[in-house]
Amino acid sequence: MEIPISYYLILSSALFAIGTVGVLIRRNAIIIFMSIEMMLNAVNLSLVAFSDLHRSIDGQMLVFFVMVVAAAEVAVGLALIYVIFRNKGNVYVDELNIMKW
Amino acid sequence: MSIDIPTICLTNIGPLITLSVAGLLLLLFDAFSGKAMKKAHFHQFSLVAVVIALLQTVWLWNRQTTDFSRMIYVDNFSFFFNVIFLLGTGISIILSVHYLENYRKNYGEYYALMLFAAVGMILMAAGGNLVIIFLGVEILSIPIYILSGLFREDLKSNEAALKYLLLGAFSSAFLLFGIAMLYGGTGTFYLADLAAFIKKSGMNGFTYVGMGLLIVGFGFKVSMAPFHMWTPDVYEGAPTSITAFMSVGTKAAAFAAFLRVFLEVFPTVRMEWDLLLWVAAVATMTVGNVTALAQTNIKRMLAYSSIAHAGYILVGLIAGNQLGATGILYYLLAYTIMNLGAFGVVIAVARKKDNYLNIYDYAGLGFQYPGLAAVMSVFLFSLVGMPPTAGFLGKFYLFSAAVEAGYIWLVIIAVINSLISVYYYLRITVIMYMQPAEADLGPVAMTPVVNATLIISALAVLLIGIFPGSIFQLAMNSVKIFGS
Amino acid sequence: MLIDYLPILVYFVIALGVAVGMVALSEAVGKKTHSTVKDLPYECGMVPVGDARSRYSVKFFVIAMFFLVFDIEAIFLYPWAVVFKQLGLFGLIEMAIFIIVLAVGLAYVWGKGALQWE
Repeated sequence: MEIPISYYLILSSALFAIGTVGVLIRRNAIIIFMSIEMMLNAVNLSLVAFSDLHRSIDGQMLVFFVMVVAAAEVAVGLALIYVIFRNKGNVYVDELNIMKW
Repeated sequence: MSIDIPTICLTNIGPLITLSVAGLLLLLFDAFSGKAMKKAHFHQFSLVAVVIALLQTVWLWNRQTTDFSRMIYVDNFSFFFNVIFLLGTGISIILSVHYLENYRKNYGEYYALMLFAAVGMILMAAGGNLVIIFLGVEILSIPIYILSGLFREDLKSNEAALKYLLLGAFSSAFLLFGIAMLYGGTGTFYLADLAAFIKKSGMNGFTYVGMGLLIVGFGFKVSMAPFHMWTPDVYEGAPTSITAFMSVGTKAAAFAAFLRVFLEVFPTVRMEWDLLLWVAAVATMTVGNVTALAQTNIKRMLAYSSIAHAGYILVGLIAGNQLGATGILYYLLAYTIMNLGAFGVVIAVARKKDNYLNIYDYAGLGFQYPGLAAVMSVFLFSLVGMPPTAGFLGKFYLFSAAVEAGYIWLVIIAVINSLISVYYYLRITVIMYMQPAEADLGPVAMTPVVNATLIISALAVLLIGIFPGSIFQLAMNSVKIFGS
Repeated sequence: MLIDYLPILVYFVIALGVAVGMVALSEAVGKKTHSTVKDLPYECGMVPVGDARSRYSVKFFVIAMFFLVFDIEAIFLYPWAVVFKQLGLFGLIEMAIFIIVLAVGLAYVWGKGALQWE
């Protein structure tokens, strides 16, 4: 029983697209963050699928690196969101407009 | 199962080791040293590290090899970019010291993060594998996210950092998806293998999607239109010293990776991407220059100008020939020096705590501080691209490469854009020399080291503009790897 | 073939059915009474104290962040564990460098006093 590669790719592309839309339309910084994480995990899924397809371990190694990088980004990002919350009282990105977009 | 343990030669990554170890030591010093020895020595220490790394880089000159089982290229291309990055980092550190002391933010972490960012840049230029390039992007970006939010109490700085982080992470997701697609299409991350695969069996659906997504990912980092939206806000909100650092560092590093990936992996399918980049380059130049006309904040103006410069450099990438690549390297070196110089003057003129960032605050500078105004004029002339400065020759090489490759219209548009840019750059010179100062804004604090740096930078801009020979040869040598 | 997975589907349907059925059944046949005590939030049988949406000390947040970063870094140890024997001394040295870098991070955090809890 083999699940074809296209299933993984469709799922991963769908997740990536949902993440992209989330980044573009949501206004809460934390939700935007979660959307970005979703995009990264969509990529991870396709990397693992490709790794299986090509019978090479490289793709899975990149997944580890992506997870670590994502964690580092989240740590920095949450710290920034925290600081903004303290200075401003909310974390809505459309209210971050001291400088015009 | 047995594993081949790769033979490694640590001198090949000497600069990386020096910078990383220095960064780690700085963190430890900052955490454990007493109050007394604090503050004073961090910048000297990091400067020493940069100088050692530079010497180690020189030691690597003219090697043509790969290391760490082909993960790292040790060649003249990475040599040239290492010099640009280390120069940029060094000058930024010198410019930062006084600026940070005014804010009482002269932390050890600041310099440590700068060194880590330099590590990321070097990895991007030297990466022979898409994984290394991706890691380089992240090692460069994450410290800069933190550094742009350095002024925790300042909402503007927070805002810049968060915007940069969200959009930066967003763009690296695209870059990563592109890498995954290339891997899916070919089964490898190595640039050399990718190139061989595409040469042999042509492009397939995955590699097309991957290539497009890579353009998006790198486009964000070099602030190519339509992915340039973050640039002005981040440049305006971040501490000025960091704006200077990232305006040259990030751009040069991203172009290094862009150049290496596209000229090594996709040269056989030039026709597929050059139209895309053609449109993007024209949009980038035009948006940058036209919007810069309306700016009154000097940091914001320089941000739009940096977008425009990304457009000029893209012209060289589109040309895609040896001269184009040489021109890009030459131009990036010149841009590093002149843009850092200009930001150095901006830091000085803004005085304590960034009070004077409006372009009309430069009124009368030519009479009050003739030296400062003179070096600023040199940098501005170079940014415009007037002979006999380095900026002129850089543009000349880029545009003549495009003419050689047959992109006449692109060059015409680029030249028109350069003419537009004359207005907003020279307006500052006019304000400096023709308008009297409205009020005395207080003394400009100049330390001898900063003075010397600015003067040497200005001289360097003139010198490599008048005698471009050796630098040009060096750049020419560095791009020989893209044999086409 | 896909038919091999039929037991899993059956199991899934039964599990879902039991869960939904329980709730639906109690909703349908149960008696609905409300009282102050019954409408209290359930806190393991204790009487609730204070508002659930109180702000936490930032210390928790900082600790959570450290845990996140250091914990995730540990995933690099797993691939090493898989090929531990084959890599031998080379792998040991490489991972020692990695752990030292992490330790520097920990020392920095410690020296900055971020682990102090007063």
